[in-house]
Amino acid sequence: MSEIIESVKNLSIGFNSQKGKQISILRNVSTNIKKGETVGIVGESGSGKSTLALAMMGYIKQGLFPLKGECLFKSEDLLKMSSRQLEKIRGRKIAMIPQNAGQALTPNLKIGYQIDEALRLHTDLNKSERDKKISELLNKVRLPSPETMAFRYPHELSGGQQQRVAVAMALAGKPDLLLLDEPTTGLDVTTQAHVLELLRFIAKDTGTSMIYVSHDLGAIAQVSDRIVVMYAGEIVLEGPARKILKEPIHPYTYGLLKSIPKLSLAGLPASMPGSQPQPGSINEGCSFYDRCNLATDNCKKNSPDLEHIKELDTNVRCFNYKELINQNNNLQTSITKKSNNSEANEVLKLKDVSISYAKQKFFDQLLNKISDQNPTVKDISIDIKKGETIALVGESGSGKSTILKSIAGLLETKDGQIKFENDRILSSDLKMRNPNDLRAIQLIFQNPDESLNPNHTVEQILSQPLKLYFNLLGKELKKNIIDLLKKVRLGEFYMSRYPRQLSGGEKQRVAVARAFAAKPDIILCDEVTSALDVSVQAAVLNLLQQLKEDLGTTYVFVSHDLAVVRAISDRVAVLYQGRLCEIGPSQNVYKFPSHPYTEVLLGAVLEPDPDIKPKLVAEDIVEEKPPEKGCSFQGRCPRKIGDICNSEVPPWQIGENGNAIRCHINIEELASLQQ
Amino acid sequence: MLLLILKRIGLGLITLLIVSLITFVGVEVLPGDACTTYLEREAYGAALDACIKRLGLDVPAYERYLEWASNVIRGDFGYSLSGEMPINEVLGPRVKNSLVLASVSILIGIPLAIVLGIITALWRDKLPDIMISTITIFSMTIPEFISATLLILIVAIWLGWLPGIVIIPSDATFYELLSNIILPVVAISMIMTAHMARMVRSSVIQVMASDYVQMAILKGVPYWKMVFRHVLPNALLPAINVVALTIAWLLGGVVVTEVVFNYPGLGRLVIESISNRDLPVVQALAIILASIYVGINLIADLMTLMLNPRLKSLQIRK
Repeated sequence: MSEIIESVKNLSIGFNSQKGKQISILRNVSTNIKKGETVGIVGESGSGKSTLALAMMGYIKQGLFPLKGECLFKSEDLLKMSSRQLEKIRGRKIAMIPQNAGQALTPNLKIGYQIDEALRLHTDLNKSERDKKISELLNKVRLPSPETMAFRYPHELSGGQQQRVAVAMALAGKPDLLLLDEPTTGLDVTTQAHVLELLRFIAKDTGTSMIYVSHDLGAIAQVSDRIVVMYAGEIVLEGPARKILKEPIHPYTYGLLKSIPKLSLAGLPASMPGSQPQPGSINEGCSFYDRCNLATDNCKKNSPDLEHIKELDTNVRCFNYKELINQNNNLQTSITKKSNNSEANEVLKLKDVSISYAKQKFFDQLLNKISDQNPTVKDISIDIKKGETIALVGESGSGKSTILKSIAGLLETKDGQIKFENDRILSSDLKMRNPNDLRAIQLIFQNPDESLNPNHTVEQILSQPLKLYFNLLGKELKKNIIDLLKKVRLGEFYMSRYPRQLSGGEKQRVAVARAFAAKPDIILCDEVTSALDVSVQAAVLNLLQQLKEDLGTTYVFVSHDLAVVRAISDRVAVLYQGRLCEIGPSQNVYKFPSHPYTEVLLGAVLEPDPDIKPKLVAEDIVEEKPPEKGCSFQGRCPRKIGDICNSEVPPWQIGENGNAIRCHINIEELASLQQ
Repeated sequence: MLLLILKRIGLGLITLLIVSLITFVGVEVLPGDACTTYLEREAYGAALDACIKRLGLDVPAYERYLEWASNVIRGDFGYSLSGEMPINEVLGPRVKNSLVLASVSILIGIPLAIVLGIITALWRDKLPDIMISTITIFSMTIPEFISATLLILIVAIWLGWLPGIVIIPSDATFYELLSNIILPVVAISMIMTAHMARMVRSSVIQVMASDYVQMAILKGVPYWKMVFRHVLPNALLPAINVVALTIAWLLGGVVVTEVVFNYPGLGRLVIESISNRDLPVVQALAIILASIYVGINLIADLMTLMLNPRLKSLQIRK
C-alpha cells in the first residue's frame, strides 16, 4: 500500500441561510489520495465536487465555511493554516489546473510572466535558469514555438493553448498533488482529447497524484485509477475506475451511466426522473430516495452509511446495492425511437447558402461589388423533410449556429436561398417575413438562463407567443398554457414561478414549451442540452423526441456532441469551417467510410469506458478562417493526398449506404483506408 | 495604431467644427447683436450704423463665420465687448487660474480616491469600508453650494484660518495662490473623490471575484503581491475614462464652486460673459471647453488602448 498524500476526514462545509439556518453543501466527506494515484471526482452541478476539490487546497469560497472535519495534507490540517503557511503549500505542494483557463489567466500579464511568477515563488532558480525552465515547461505541454509563446498575452491563444499554459503553470512548482477542476470542459472535442492525453502523459511521467473533478464520465474514464461519485454533497460510491464504470452498484451511478448517450448505441438514453435535491432540503432518509427505483420505506426514514465492501474494494452508500450487483449487463441499452417517414415532403430547403460576417466596404457597396470572396459559411445545400430531425455537427467555428440564425432570419444570407414549404423563398430579412412564417419557425437557445426573461413568470413567458400568434385571452389563454406545461411534464403550479425558482432542466422545459406554443412546423435547437447535466439532458432529449412523434415537428438540431446527435437525429450534416463535409442518415455517418474530418471527430469522442481510448489522428490546430480555395479541411487533414486538396474543392461522392462525402479520395479507397 | 490615432484626432476636429457652428448659429439667432448690447439705449441711428460697420456686422453671417474661424485657428479670438480687450488677454489669467485649481484638485483628489476605493474594496463590509463608504456617500449627496458655504462658515468665519473669498492679484505668486485655493479644492475634492472612490471600489470588487484572482491565490501568490500585480492593473483600467471626464469637468464645469468662492476661473467667466451678453467671449469659451473635453477624452482612449493588451492587439490585427 503506497503512502497517503492527502486525506479528507468527515469534512462538512456549509453556509448560513438568510433565515439563519446552517445549510451544508458538503456532508461528512472522507477520502484518501495516495501517491501517484489519479482520483476522479464525478457528480452533477451542485453535488459539491468543486467545493471538495478547493477545500483540498485549503481554499473555501467566500460565503462558505467549514462546519467540521479536516483536510490533512501530509498530516497537517490545511483548514487550520494561516494564509502565510498556505502560500508555501499552494502551487508548490498542491497545484491547481482551473476549469476555464481563458478566465483564470490574468489578462494584463504575459504568459511567460505568469509561469515565471510560479517559479519565483516556489523554486530557488535564478533568472536565466528560470527562463530556460519556462521554455522547457512550455515545450513539455507541447505548445508550438515556446520561445515566442512566453511573450504573448493570454487572449492571443486558443482555448486549448490557454489550458496548456495553465498546465505548465501548475507544473512549475513541481507539486506532489495536482487538482484539476473540469480542465477540459468548454474545449472542442478534438482539443479535449489532446489535453487529456497530455495530462495522462504528465501523470505517468512525473508520478504526480491527481484529483480530476468533472461532470463528464467520459473524461473521468480516460484518466482515473479510482472514482468517487458525489451526490447532493455526499460520497455515494467510491472504488476502482473500471468497477465503477462497468459494474456500478449504486442506483445513482447506474442511472447516470445509462443516461449518457453513447456513440455505439443508436436510440435515446434512458433518463432519470427528477433532479438533485437543493442543499438544505434533505431532512431524513437517503438523499437519492426521490429518484431511486430501488427505494424502500427504510430508505425514506434512514439514511444509509458509506459501507465498505471488501471483495469489490468499493464503498457504497445504499441499503439495496446487492440488487444491482448482477444486473449490470443491461447498461448497454437504449430506448429505440420511431424513425420518420422517408417519403415525406421537403419542408425546408437551403440552396447554395453563403453567409458572411464581413461588412461590405462603403465603396464596394456603391459599386455593387462583392468584397468577401471567402465567406464564413459557403455553399450549404440541405433539403429537410417534414418530421425529420437533422443535426448540424462540428466544432466551434464550424458555422453551425450561423446557419441556424440565418434560417431563423436573424442573419442575412449573402448568397443562395432558403425555401420554405412549396418552394416559397423566405426573405433573409426578418422584417420582410410574413407573420405566419415567423410563427412556423421557432428557436430554442442553448442557455435558458439567458433566453428566459428573469422578470417574467412562466405564465407570462408562455402567454407571449399565444397572444402574439393566436390572439388568445382570458380562460382560453390559461387553458393553453396549462396544456403546454403538461406537454413538457410540468405541473400547473409552475405558472406563477420565476425562472430563478426553477432548476436548469425545468427552465429548458419552459423554453421548449415556449417554442411549441407557436405550433411551429420547424424548431431550431441551438445546443439545447449542452448547458444541462447528463441525467437532465437525457430527459430533455426524450421529451423532444416524444413531442416530435406526437406533433410531427421538424427539428434542426445543432450540437458539438456527437453522441447526443447520434441519439436524437435521423440525418447528420458534418460541417467544418462553414463548409459541408458529409451528410447522410445518422446510422451511416457514424460508420465508415466517412469524411476524414468526421473520422477525426469520431476518434476524439470520450466514452465512459476505460477500455475505449480516443484515437488522435489530427493535430489540434485552430484555424481562424476557412482556406481561400480547395478543401476546407486541408489544414488539418490526416489523409491529405496532395496539391489537389489545396487547389480544388472536392466533389461530392455518394456512398452505397446513402451518405454523401466531399473528398478527393475515392470513396472505396477511403473505406479500405479506414478499416 | 497610428492610423487609429489620426482617425480619432480627425473625429475630434469634426466635433469641434460642429460645436463652433452651433455656438455661432446660436449667437446669430438670438435677438439683437453685439452692437445693440454694447450701445444699449443709444443703439439707433448713426451710432448703431457706425458700430455695425466697426465690428463688421454688415457682412453676411457665413463670411463672418469663416473669418472668425480662420482667426480662431490662428489663435485669435477677437475682442471682448465689455472691456474692449483682446479676448486672449481676458482668457489668459482665467485659464491659468482654472488650471491651478484643477491640477491641485487632481493631484490630491485622484490618488486619494484610488486609495480609498481600494481600501473599501479590500476590506469590504468591514469597519474601514463601512466608515469610508458612509463618508463618501455623504459628501456625494450634499450639493457643493452647501458644502462650500459650510466650509466658509466653519473654516473662514468661525476659525478664521483661511480667507473665505479668493482675491488674487494678477501677479500673485504660486504660493499666495495656494493658500487662497485650499477651500475651493476641498469643496471640489469632496464630490469628485467620493464619486471616483465608489467607482474604483466596485471595479476592484469585481476583479477580486474573478477566476484569475482565485487562480493567483491558489498559485500561492502572497496577498499584497496579488493585489498589485493581478488585481489593480485590471481594476484601474476602467477608471481612466472616469478620470478623464473628471478632469474635463474640473477645467470648465466647477461653476458653482467658483462662484461661491469668488474664484476667477473659466467657469465663472462663462457665467459673467453670458450675463453681460459678451458674445465673442461666450463663443471663445465654448470652443475652448469643447477642445478640452475632446482632447482629454482622446488621451484617455489612447491610454486605455495602450494599457489594455487585449484592445492593443485587436487594433493591430485590424
